[in-house]
Amino acid sequence: MQRIRLAAAVAAACLASAPVLAAGDEEIKQIRAQIEQMKHDYEARIADLEKRLSAAEAKTEQAVQTVERTAPPAPPPPQQSRSSAFNPDVSLVLQGRYANLQQNPDSYEIGGFIPSNGEVDPGPRGLSLSETELTVGAKADPYFGGQATVSLSPDNDVEVEEAYLYTLGLGHGLGIKAGRFFSKIGYQNEQHQHAWDFIDAPLPYRAFLGGQYGDDGVQFRWIAPTELFVELGGELLRGREFPGSDPDKNGIGLSTLFAHVGGDVGVSNSWRAGLSYLRTSPNGRDYDDVNAAGDPVTNAFSGNSRLWIMDAVWKWAPNGNPKQRNFKLQAEYFHRHEDGTLTYDATGAPIPGSYDSKQSGWYAQAVYQLMPRWRVGLRYDRLNYGTVDIGQVQSGVLTAADFPILESYRPTLSTAMLDWSPSEFSRLRLQFAQDKSRPGITDNQLFLQYIISLGAHGAHNW
Amino acid sequence: MRIAIKTILIAATLLCALPARAALNVLACEPEWGALVRELAGDLAKVYQATTALQDVHHIQARPSLIAAARRADFLVCTGAELEIGWLPVLTRESGNPAIQPGAPGYFEATRYVTLIEVPTRLDRSEGDVHPAGNPHVQTDPRSIAKVAAGLAERLAAVDPQNAAEYRKRYASFAARWQQAIERWSREAAPLKGVRVVEHHRAFSYLFGWLGVEVIGYLEPKPGVEPSAGHLAEVLKLQQTRPAKFVVRASYVDPRAAEWFSEHAGIPVVVLPFSVGGDERATDLFTWTDELVGLLVKAAK
Repeated sequence: MQRIRLAAAVAAACLASAPVLAAGDEEIKQIRAQIEQMKHDYEARIADLEKRLSAAEAKTEQAVQTVERTAPPAPPPPQQSRSSAFNPDVSLVLQGRYANLQQNPDSYEIGGFIPSNGEVDPGPRGLSLSETELTVGAKADPYFGGQATVSLSPDNDVEVEEAYLYTLGLGHGLGIKAGRFFSKIGYQNEQHQHAWDFIDAPLPYRAFLGGQYGDDGVQFRWIAPTELFVELGGELLRGREFPGSDPDKNGIGLSTLFAHVGGDVGVSNSWRAGLSYLRTSPNGRDYDDVNAAGDPVTNAFSGNSRLWIMDAVWKWAPNGNPKQRNFKLQAEYFHRHEDGTLTYDATGAPIPGSYDSKQSGWYAQAVYQLMPRWRVGLRYDRLNYGTVDIGQVQSGVLTAADFPILESYRPTLSTAMLDWSPSEFSRLRLQFAQDKSRPGITDNQLFLQYIISLGAHGAHNW
Repeated sequence: MRIAIKTILIAATLLCALPARAALNVLACEPEWGALVRELAGDLAKVYQATTALQDVHHIQARPSLIAAARRADFLVCTGAELEIGWLPVLTRESGNPAIQPGAPGYFEATRYVTLIEVPTRLDRSEGDVHPAGNPHVQTDPRSIAKVAAGLAERLAAVDPQNAAEYRKRYASFAARWQQAIERWSREAAPLKGVRVVEHHRAFSYLFGWLGVEVIGYLEPKPGVEPSAGHLAEVLKLQQTRPAKFVVRASYVDPRAAEWFSEHAGIPVVVLPFSVGGDERATDLFTWTDELVGLLVKAAK
């Protein structure tokens, strides 16, 4: 320390005298004297500081030794934390990929299931940029915090993925979220895409929720004051996207209920299980198809849509230390019942008919970190066609060939992945998949993906 | 009717009064702070320990059981200095519990009571897992524990004023015993002064600073970055010019790097418990520090 100060003093003196190019002997002597003086001053000050420091140390020692003393200790020193200054936490996720797809992604469809019109296809072939996510979050005041994630698409579109406030001080385990957010139904739905263990969403998410369900509204949740983790909650939403139809009405367009329980088994195992319910009444939710004659058709569904999700996750790590090795098993089961009217419109003369479908699907995945940085994963997704009753077909007005997308089929998807994460902030992934979403067609897929996170250290949900 | 209302009111009052009489629910992020709360609060507190000494506290997941524990907690004791940044913010946010939000009296960060060392001059993730406020592993120096204990006793007294006198009394007793122990450890550890070692992670910087142990190199090329073959070879070169006496690692880390180094440098590995519970003899703060000093002295002989 002393040396640095002296050096600084000398440097300052040199700088100060630099412009004086033709310095006389007298001047040099003066400068020397000044430096000498400064050195002396600094040494005196340093000696004084050292004295004070040792006095302070002695005092601290005394304080510890004075055991009967009950006066409060000195207030804690202020901590120099830069990221928790008033600036919000900002983080940016960059993603890119290479895809080798056997089938043209434009022909993607999930056979037997009403299309969600969401982003469910495997994406473009070849090299491409994926979503860039910018997240900004902070506490607004003692009552509310807020967070927004803006997604920049490779086509230069900007989308508000999430933008919500959350309460800080309600107490009693209560929390309210309002704005646009990913619903807390199921397990994977709430996670951002970059935190998924595979590059794409499992088939049931694609068929029943358009990939992932995010919406505008309010979420209420309550955590029970018990040793077992119990979370109960519900959401009142707009119904902006599939399975909703963005209704033009004053009331609630879509609502959900969810319950999650979880805990530990010993020090190495932890688990969570849940049951969720989503209900909406879409009005004129349409999709395009081609009829038996090969003409384009628009079909619109109006009625009730109810979705049940059961989810279960189990994680294992030796001694509960996931750094070296860990294992994660995750599965979700979906069951949907839709009934109402399906209106068939090929020529501008709509033909309405009754519609009643009971369909289901599930996926199960296992991811194993075999050593630091390296993980392998397997996933199997399957949809069950169940029963689909179309009034126009039953009455003979139209034939099943007029609704080719809804013809009976059982889509499956088998996936294997290997990823390498040099740090918490970067990941490279290789993924193979055999996609049998289209009736009778197999799409062999290969993906290479990178994900890197810049900025604030994100804390991920379990 | 009146009686019924009265009964209900009495029952409600009793129910409301119950939690106040129950022990203070404490969520301790790390075992050393859990042990310190047990010293200072005894039966007045019920301690839930979020992690064990065999876990890497930088990489804990916000498990459902931890969220449930955060929900029930009246008081949270953590290290701070962003050690728990990957999981603690999720616990406090998800808990719906205002008592343990950052800034509340029930949110206690130990590093606030200690002057941190190894404060990075360059904040850049290319430097590895750096903590902007400095090295957060303060618990390995018993003098830090003494400072944190003083702050913790006062905070407990503030959060649970009914038992303030008891906390202060227990603190006085602990501080006296701890001071005596520090003097004893200082004497026992005298031979460690100037001993050179190689360390896995900057885990024991505070301990080594206190004992005068000199660290000539780290097996991790950068904090939190896994040791690589190239880097290990470089550290091995240092061993030829300024030989270390042994290589030190905390019991929670992967043993392979230290074993490789030990084999190639021909020096022993000393496995130190990183906290209370890090080995079977480290059962409380006293026996844990006994273990730290004892293992090092034995290895230095």
